Amino acid sequence: MSYINTLMNGEQGLFKHTSLTPLQKITLRFVVVGLLYYGLVVIEGMIMRMYAVSPIEAVTTNQYFAILTAHPLVGIFGSTYLIVFGAFLFLVPFLMNKPLWSIKMANWTFWCIAIGTFIFWAAGFISHYAPLYTLYWPLPADFTQFSVVGGTFFILGIAIVMVGTALFVINIFKTILYTPNGWKKQPASALLGSALGYSGFKNLFSKKKNRQEHLVSLPVAAIARGTVDVALNAAIILFTGVLILVYMVGALLGFDLKETAVDALLYKNWFWWGLDLIADGLVLIFVAGTWYLLATLITGKKLFMENWARAALLIELIVSWTVWSHHLMSDQAQPGWLKVVSGEMVTAFELITQGLAFFITLATLWSARPLKMSNPLKFLLGGLLGFALAVPAGIMQADLGLNRILHNTQWIIGPHVHVAILIGLSMTLYSAIYFLLPILTNGAKLYSQKLTNIHFWAHLIGGIGMGAFMGMAGLHGMLRRTLYINGEFMPYMVLAAISGALLLIAFLAFLYNVIMTVGINGLLGIFKAPAIKTEDLIPKA
Amino acid sequence: MVDSNTVLFGQTLIYTFYALAIILLMAWFGYRVTTHGPSKVKPAFFYTFVGFLILLGVSIHMVTLHTIPWKPMDMERADIKADKVFDISVQNHKFQLPAEKMMIKTNDKVLFNVTSGDLTYGFGLFRNDNTMVFQMQVLPGHNNDILWQFDRPGVYSIRSTEYSGPDGVFMVEKDVVEVTD
Repeated sequence: MSYINTLMNGEQGLFKHTSLTPLQKITLRFVVVGLLYYGLVVIEGMIMRMYAVSPIEAVTTNQYFAILTAHPLVGIFGSTYLIVFGAFLFLVPFLMNKPLWSIKMANWTFWCIAIGTFIFWAAGFISHYAPLYTLYWPLPADFTQFSVVGGTFFILGIAIVMVGTALFVINIFKTILYTPNGWKKQPASALLGSALGYSGFKNLFSKKKNRQEHLVSLPVAAIARGTVDVALNAAIILFTGVLILVYMVGALLGFDLKETAVDALLYKNWFWWGLDLIADGLVLIFVAGTWYLLATLITGKKLFMENWARAALLIELIVSWTVWSHHLMSDQAQPGWLKVVSGEMVTAFELITQGLAFFITLATLWSARPLKMSNPLKFLLGGLLGFALAVPAGIMQADLGLNRILHNTQWIIGPHVHVAILIGLSMTLYSAIYFLLPILTNGAKLYSQKLTNIHFWAHLIGGIGMGAFMGMAGLHGMLRRTLYINGEFMPYMVLAAISGALLLIAFLAFLYNVIMTVGINGLLGIFKAPAIKTEDLIPKA
Repeated sequence: MVDSNTVLFGQTLIYTFYALAIILLMAWFGYRVTTHGPSKVKPAFFYTFVGFLILLGVSIHMVTLHTIPWKPMDMERADIKADKVFDISVQNHKFQLPAEKMMIKTNDKVLFNVTSGDLTYGFGLFRNDNTMVFQMQVLPGHNNDILWQFDRPGVYSIRSTEYSGPDGVFMVEKDVVEVTD
């Protein structure tokens, strides 16, 4: 097969977009656009890495901070949300062996998140609206520094993403609970109890003979529990967005609303409560659930200590609601008991819950020795390593003594955040993508194993390297969210930029491999209307 | 008194050792899981690991409480009488200091009381090699105070440690704190 033929039609012409069911198509759309947004995030990240070495003339300071504002938001919503939501909208019906409740609603979720992300990114890019993702009050309403029109579109974009998110939440829970046409009536309340972990928790304290059967599988339970945090987070972000919009509309109409009407500390508490539901809630729960799913799929074995795994997920859900204060340990007006109980003690529980998930996944894999080192397995091990590195780094900074000298340094954003997201989360997602690729494409064959190996090693070394060098700079006093123009931390920043370049190489290798696997025609075909009208998840054999 | 640099050096050692150990462990696991051998994991091993995690989670904060001197001092600062108080205000991305140079004697307990008239800022003290002595957040409408004891002479700069818009990037006051014997 010629190169051009493979480029246009994919490896051996095996991928036929006309064979896809509507659910396969919508899932692939989520993943493809999520990966494109990931590419944008990598490019933005690379610009900032280069800027940290030496300021780039073509990028003004205001533009730099607009990039810094958009970068994590595009990463979370445009990339991670799209990939994760797409995968879960396929996996929940797949694992429950029933149709998705609403394909139409899944399509709305896709368009809301894809378009909303583009709107807030473009608003920031054009107007340089740059209050950062933290939106510390009253910065988002400081119109002496930022354009009110640009800000309005920015917040509007975020609000559209949240609407799409709310539709995802409805679709997931309806899919778990509803009774499809022609089915026996489903026990909705028992399903909900199982999905939220109530039955699993009860089983821990019941005699063996009295233990209830789990009505939903563990990965579905993890998705359901993480989705609770998704819903709460969307509500908080929407509420905050509306508040900021009120000030923006007031400014547009010529009214200067008093910024002091909103208490900065109270605002910071509720915003971090909501925002932390992503970082310390749904990410950890979704990731643990995905580890369990991948471990059981890769091994074909039952999960090790399943009731403990279910109980840990329930505890993580409660931990995620009470953990936010570790972001306010340097706020002296924050009550001391909240810093100790929520900031230190509850946060330490994440070491336990994530440690359990880590152990249970490894033990499940171990139980199936010898395993073939497949692509899903190696990326899964990478994902496990990422969280094993990033969670203790976070626990360290969630200490009142250490936080005093670590808060807002590169330590936070390097060894903790970027290692968690790039290595822990992304490699887990890549593991799922490599596993699901043949299922979602009806048997497409990966173009090049060599490119997959480059993807794996360049991503792993680049991600850990970047986190490590940022962390070393942080331990030497380098702050995040600012600029150093006199080369104060040059050696670390050069090494971090080289590591960042490895991440870019990894992504390009992966992207090229995917394009050559499904072909340009196949890639474009994903966005055409489905040729098959069916509620089936995958075509009947 | 233990210096913040000493604490950071200790943290660097501990975390580097841990990071290398966990990377090696995963590499070992990745190799061994592909080979033949015993595959049963005893529940006792799991319960021991759970116990270890609980012990570690609790002990981290107990250890730092007894080894990092500014931690108990910060928690009890309302009941500690400061030897010197500096009132500092911030507005329009500019620190207003009580004096051109704030002079401090070694081992004096000094309270920095910082208020903001507009945005959320940060207040951090840095050595000349850019390493951090301490920092705190400065929220408008609230008292933001930190009590510190300097155990050695030195000259320090103040820098905003929180983003307050592009205008706040260069909020640095060079060599404005001097500690003498």
